[in-house]
Amino acid sequence: MTNPNADECEQTKLDVKSIIRKATELNDFGHLLEHVPYAKFIGMEVDRFGDELIFKLPAKDDNIGNPVLPALHGGVIAGFMEMSAIVQLMVFMQTSKVPKVVDFSIDYLRAGYHKDSFAECKITRQGRRVANVSINCWQTNRKHLIATARAHFLID
Amino acid sequence: MKETADVFPLTEMASRFVAQLTQCQKLKLKVLEGSSKHVLIELPYDTQLIGYPDTGVIHGGVITTLMDTASGCAVVCSIFDKFGSLEISPTLDLRVDYMKPAEPFKPVYGFAQCYKLSSSVAFTRAIAYQDSIDDPIAHAVGSFMRISPEMVGEEFRQALMGEPRND
Repeated sequence: MTNPNADECEQTKLDVKSIIRKATELNDFGHLLEHVPYAKFIGMEVDRFGDELIFKLPAKDDNIGNPVLPALHGGVIAGFMEMSAIVQLMVFMQTSKVPKVVDFSIDYLRAGYHKDSFAECKITRQGRRVANVSINCWQTNRKHLIATARAHFLID
Repeated sequence: MKETADVFPLTEMASRFVAQLTQCQKLKLKVLEGSSKHVLIELPYDTQLIGYPDTGVIHGGVITTLMDTASGCAVVCSIFDKFGSLEISPTLDLRVDYMKPAEPFKPVYGFAQCYKLSSSVAFTRAIAYQDSIDDPIAHAVGSFMRISPEMVGEEFRQALMGEPRND
């Protein structure tokens, strides 16, 4: 007897390497995000400009925390920045697995308003097992950051 | 619910606070306990929140949102207990250390404390766990800016207090 769930399991089993290769060939890194339900949940996108990846979190009502201002939930900003760092690592290090977060430290500099937000990442150091990434997030002006974060990821 | 409210008197106020946050409704966060000393929040498992499609483990960002919400809520409770006033405190910084992945198909609990309240900053720590608080998924420390109670809108105040004030 075959396990009725086996088919389903086979489908969900992801070949991260080939997904990254395909995204690189198509030059469409949104292809990576399509496989991550949380990225869809907050509605994030990615664009490539030459060697740079710019991540975008379009304004979305569901992502609001404080309804008075209204402002984005701090956790959503953090989740967006963390996912950006993961994609940056996958693309630039051609990892065979999704990097696992070890720690994530975020400073909130300004309220994130109900507008489009953007993020860029820098791989500060990559070791054999751990990579250090710093992430900046802004809205209207790149010089007026709404949050900065640094994080460590386990890579294989 | 009534029993919890008797033991942890701020449970209802904490639930109303969390219910006001749109993203928290989307995540279906539920306050289980609230007191002057702590807040306990449940995050149900949802396949929409998966961050690691090969294992079904939820995204770290969801854990961060849970920790940020629980810590912020603990600050609101702590200030309310100490001064009898409502303040919403924006997060200054938050550091989350991940000890192990959250097991799929099980809820995650966020336990937060506001361990120091100074005149302008509140300091928090929080733990995310599933089966036991002694076997954490993540640990977080944060600091929150205190802003004056006047900054809280009347509509928001009423939503938190349940009834409009008649005095």
